[in-house]
Amino acid sequence: MENPYRPYPVRIDDIEIATEDKSLKTFKFVFLNKEDEEKFSYQAGQFAELSIPGIGEIPIGIASSPVEKGFVKFTVFKTGVVTSHLHNMQVGDIMGIRGPLGNWYPWETLENKNILIIGGGFAFTTLRSSIIYMLDPANRAKFKNIDVVYGARSPGMLLYRDELYEWEKRDDINMHITVDGTDDPNWNYHTGFVPQITEDFGPKADKDTYAIVCGPPIMIKFTQPVLEKLGYSDDQVIMSLENRMKCGIGMCGRCNIGKELVCKDGPVFTLKEINLTPKEY
Amino acid sequence: MKIIKIDKKEWEQGLDKSRKEYHLFGAVKDKDYYLIQALGDKVYPDMESSDTILSPKSVIFPQTEKMLTANLDEAQDNHHIMERVETDYSPRAVLGIKPYDAKAFKILQLNFDTEEFKDPYFCDAYAATTLVGLAVNNPGQFDFSTSVDTGPFDETDLDVLLIDTGNEYLAKVITDKGENFISKCGFDNQTDEKNALETISKLKKKAEKAIVSTVSHDKLNGKTILELYNAPFWDDIAFSCINCGTCTYVCPTCWCFDIQDETKDKSCIRFRNWDTCMSRLFTEHASGHNPREGKTQRVRQRFMHKLKYFPDKYDQGLMCVGCGRCVKHCPVNIDIREICEQMNS
Repeated sequence: MENPYRPYPVRIDDIEIATEDKSLKTFKFVFLNKEDEEKFSYQAGQFAELSIPGIGEIPIGIASSPVEKGFVKFTVFKTGVVTSHLHNMQVGDIMGIRGPLGNWYPWETLENKNILIIGGGFAFTTLRSSIIYMLDPANRAKFKNIDVVYGARSPGMLLYRDELYEWEKRDDINMHITVDGTDDPNWNYHTGFVPQITEDFGPKADKDTYAIVCGPPIMIKFTQPVLEKLGYSDDQVIMSLENRMKCGIGMCGRCNIGKELVCKDGPVFTLKEINLTPKEY
Repeated sequence: MKIIKIDKKEWEQGLDKSRKEYHLFGAVKDKDYYLIQALGDKVYPDMESSDTILSPKSVIFPQTEKMLTANLDEAQDNHHIMERVETDYSPRAVLGIKPYDAKAFKILQLNFDTEEFKDPYFCDAYAATTLVGLAVNNPGQFDFSTSVDTGPFDETDLDVLLIDTGNEYLAKVITDKGENFISKCGFDNQTDEKNALETISKLKKKAEKAIVSTVSHDKLNGKTILELYNAPFWDDIAFSCINCGTCTYVCPTCWCFDIQDETKDKSCIRFRNWDTCMSRLFTEHASGHNPREGKTQRVRQRFMHKLKYFPDKYDQGLMCVGCGRCVKHCPVNIDIREICEQMNS
């Protein structure tokens, strides 16, 4: 019997400070056993439990993409016991990863569709995974237009800045990068909140367009009416939820919204599905 | 169907024989109440006991359970690699378990033994356990088991059902596991099936008739989750609740748990503890945000889970076996039967 609580052992291969305030770091892990990497076969949108023996576990969205081989990446905000400990760990340290867990963005449904990705702050990790996946030469033809609205408080708080600016130069993805405000005179992108930029630059909905939304509650709250205005129906809006978790496999009982378990039945739900459940997230 | 007659005078002797192969568990008196405990040598279960204060779920789903361990000494090759702890899963038998308490394991199994994931700790313990039930001839005042698809003589999750007929037990041998246990005890006095079944049937009818407490839930299925969730009565129900969590700990079907790590010197243990949805911390995010911040939300979660979310998710009835422990032990007299009626009305 495979023990779903036993983490795969991994080594920290690289640590990168992700934001100017140093509250986020991106950790690159390699599996100690090659066969574990194969077992950890994942889809963009899934998460995993980062597992530090003696400290605890924390559920984090997978920021690397299924098309990136040989490692997995997670961008972690320093906030609680486990993430604070992780931020103090070093390259070479051994810990564990348990997963992949949860469902993923509905890639089969999204084939041959226009995709509007809306992200805010540090909820951009699984969206990065998704963008890398869609832009991969083997996959790009499966999708029509790709638009990305991504905003953060300031330029230095945007995740994956180098990649964002690379994508901005490409003609097979429309980037709408924005910050709440900046005093940088050389800032070449948008200034303004994500909902406003979505309204001004986001594609209008038709039956072949889906929006994937991931961000802080306040961003989601003000983006929903914009999407409605643009004509998106509730089953064309796809969201990824977060709740406190322990087991990650649907057993420990705390992450439910109604009868759905965010860890196992989610974290990805359509707005239509979410509207049928209590808003306990 | 095999029915064995066991003279009560031979009962303890039989149990002693079984100890070669089985660890025995049963009700023992502890201060003013009964608990299900591992029985040491020459300790026998109190078969006359009323309900145990805690349900027997801990035999298969312990209150605290070690899951994984790792060596933290970086000088060692395998440091920081977690492995399953070694646990004894040799055969065990629970003696005199109430039939509805046994049925509760079937409900727990729906959570712990799924198509996608199998909780190896639960599954191994469940597989190792033989459930020797004792039919409830004289149901207590809190028993409403017959309203929730089980009852005082329910055999659903039993390996053996014992029926107390005065000087002897009739032992209905239900499964192979039960057969093995009974034979290891040396009980082999097979009795005439027809007569025995008649006796059992009479006692069963009498016991079921003695249960006066009922609860209706027939209309719950027709209501939506949001309709019940947004019902106006939750604040009133939660008003007196002190969120102590007693209801969840005494419940045979509550399965929620927490996972924690502890270290000592250069080794660590990852273990789980029963948790309770009555606790504020249960759902609190690291950011401080809490989707079930108030006690009304937490009380609502418990009843919605048992009476609506679970039935909707699994289509296997309510997440309740009508043992009445939560009613009996609630310090502020919150009564799941009344709440179920309210939700059903």
